[in-house]
Amino acid sequence: MKLGFSPADEAFRAECAAWLTAQMNGPFADIRGIPNLCDAIPRRKEWEQQLAAHQWSCIGWPEQWGGRNATLAQQVIFAEEYARAGAPNRINHIGVELAGPTILAFGTEQQKAQYLPGIAAGTAIWCQGYSEPGAGSDLANVKTKARLESGEWVVNGQKVWTSLAHYSDMIFVVARSEEGSKGPKGISFLLMDIDQPGIEVRPIRQMNGEAEFNETFLTDARCAGDAMLGARGDGWKVAMALLAFERGVSTLGQQMQFRNELDAVIDAARTHGKAADPVIRQRIAKAEIGLRLMRYGALRMLSGTDPAAIDGAALTYKIQWATWRRDLGELAMDVLGQAGEIADGDHDGWGPLPNMYLFSRSDTIYGGTNQIQRNLIAERGLGLPREPRGEL
Amino acid sequence: MEFAFTDEQVMIADTVRGFFAEHASSERTRAAMAASGTAAGIDRALWSSFASELGLAGVGLPEDHGGAGLGMVEFALVAEAAGSKVAAIPLLGLAMVGRGIAAGGSDAQKSQWLPRLAGGEVMAAAAWADGLRANDGRLSTTLNFVPHGGAADLLLVYGGDDAWLVDLKGDGVAVTTHVTMDQTRPLATIVLDGAAVEPLADGRAATMAALAAGWICLSAEALGGAQETLDRTVAYSRERVQFGRAIGSFQAYKHRLADMMVEIEQARSAVYWAACALDEGSEEATLALHAAKSFCADTYHMCAGNMIQLHGGIGFTWEHDAHLFFKRARSILTLLGDGQWHREQVARLIMGAAA
Ligand SMILES: Cc1cc2nc3c(=O)[nH]c(=O)nc-3n(C[C@H](O)[C@H](O)[C@H](O)COP(=O)(O)OP(=O)(O)OC[C@H]3O[C@@H](n4cnc5c(N)ncnc54)[C@H](O)[C@@H]3O)c2cc1C
Repeated sequence: MKLGFSPADEAFRAECAAWLTAQMNGPFADIRGIPNLCDAIPRRKEWEQQLAAHQWSCIGWPEQWGGRNATLAQQVIFAEEYARAGAPNRINHIGVELAGPTILAFGTEQQKAQYLPGIAAGTAIWCQGYSEPGAGSDLANVKTKARLESGEWVVNGQKVWTSLAHYSDMIFVVARSEEGSKGPKGISFLLMDIDQPGIEVRPIRQMNGEAEFNETFLTDARCAGDAMLGARGDGWKVAMALLAFERGVSTLGQQMQFRNELDAVIDAARTHGKAADPVIRQRIAKAEIGLRLMRYGALRMLSGTDPAAIDGAALTYKIQWATWRRDLGELAMDVLGQAGEIADGDHDGWGPLPNMYLFSRSDTIYGGTNQIQRNLIAERGLGLPREPRGEL
Repeated sequence: MEFAFTDEQVMIADTVRGFFAEHASSERTRAAMAASGTAAGIDRALWSSFASELGLAGVGLPEDHGGAGLGMVEFALVAEAAGSKVAAIPLLGLAMVGRGIAAGGSDAQKSQWLPRLAGGEVMAAAAWADGLRANDGRLSTTLNFVPHGGAADLLLVYGGDDAWLVDLKGDGVAVTTHVTMDQTRPLATIVLDGAAVEPLADGRAATMAALAAGWICLSAEALGGAQETLDRTVAYSRERVQFGRAIGSFQAYKHRLADMMVEIEQARSAVYWAACALDEGSEEATLALHAAKSFCADTYHMCAGNMIQLHGGIGFTWEHDAHLFFKRARSILTLLGDGQWHREQVARLIMGAAA
């Protein structure tokens, strides 16, 4: 067990820190530190491409596909320096962290050659077409249908809560390809161009006023017959493997965003005269401790040598961070007091902390709600009986 | 950077887990609980086989003074295993006094005491006191709530710039062991009345090292105990049937167990982060220790309370072990600084003192 970094790692840190700071103080100073995903989209696409041009867009990937084959330590360091430099949230998070690794794991060589370069170059932004009106927590209940028609998949159905679909180029869609199938069997994992007549994206306004997610209607939408990961009808496996990547190295980047948010709460405590309040100090300390434990939990999960073992740190990670951030949102509002409720201008004109407070209410929902996480932990981690399925 | 156990560490963990599972049975712990005086709350036979047969009492103590070398990560593995069985042994005293002497003792003091501590011949306890002054090598004071003070031979008085060793069998020492809620680690009152004391060469270093070792010990014990309450409750939830189903199939019940696991996994990160940071002399070590002590103690108490609730009536009996965990957890909450104090130390580190 070892926490320290080697001299070679520290040299790597100096290299990425220098590059990132130069970018954020120079050509990309205008998007430095912007917290929301929906702001300044064109500039953030340029930023993705700038990262790519200097081989920083997907450092954990193999070199062949534009990565650097970076070690875990290097990925930790890059995530830290990325946040320290104030670089903005990655707009192609779903492509780089979810679609890419899944294509690397399940794709044929031809599929890798077709899809990975666009992700690495920051020119293909991806979104996730899982949830439907009738299939949320119960994802296996998807109704969207795919049928093969003269060598092409023709897809009909409706997806919902599709984050960033309105800015995306590609969508991966979980659809039922086998007539009459039920549950996890008979589902295929399709890779589709969003920009086509059969796909209509309608933004949905969220409770924080922004419209980051969408309804996605598929009406005779098409993709090639081989635009599919895994075998036909066997896409559930792929869909689940992708969810596991949500707990991968991307968590490190997310944690650095949390670091910045907690620092903002501490600053706010100072400016709002709460820095000496013993109750607030206790809550800030608790948040600090929780954040550190999140970091070391992630490092345990990523350092794990036996990927097959049921890893407690990995299984509990989602509910841990989601709950932590919800609590941080509440702490932020208690620190800000009524000033936190003033949104000058638009209805979504809140400052970053009130917006985080509102947005954090979705952290405990997407990617598997806290209740679903508890079911998974109890069933997979502790071996307790599974929830019964109903007939409705 | 590799935040995973080495093969050697896994081996140590397996060995100590096996040892305590075999020897630190509920019957033996309860026999120690029932004893009084200097025998109260001590399983001497367990301590001597732990020290001499297993040879693990020297973990975390320097090899050139009879210790086993290794570091606090390995010591934490030992304390985790001991804590999981609520073993009635003076591990806390060993850790604090051994590490205190190793950090602040002269060479002569180290060679005099460390081999005997590591060999299990001498049992030690530690007591915090601030602002004491020795007069002609003699100390007069009353030390309250000393864990395992009744069983110990050697006392470390620490807390400020000075630290002293006291022979508890010597003149001018009166020890009263109290019947304590956690009977596996009874607290004692020790009155020194002109007792001869031996100052350690570097009292401040001894104090810092003793506290750090104590915090690791309690955090790791708490982790082991919390995991054990979860494991035992999961096992019970499979056996016990109500409404025609195993109680572990009720979602309210499952979710409570899941919440325990979520906290325990964080406690595990906390213990080994702190132990590793301490071993590496990282600048994060102080924050890590405060984080670990407060987080693990809270986790243990929550889990032990849930163990009682999730067992129903049987969990409230003397016969069931649930109360052993619950009472150990309660005592860990307060020992060596309560959660609020530790969190305030974290707040100071990140945002400075309250103006
Ligand atoms: C901001 C945001 C972004 C999102 N982005 C995407 C995206 O990009 N792509 C995508 O595909 N989806 C996305 N989602 C959808 C998200 O994954 C679902 O909302 C989530 O899985 C829950 O499904 P649901 O909304 O249908 O709620 P439901 O499943 O109907 O759940 C409603 C309530 O019932 C509880 N519940 C359900 N089943 C159980 C059970 N077995 N035991 C106990 N309680 C239960 C839930 O915990 C919840 O509290 C996003 C959601 C949000 C909020």
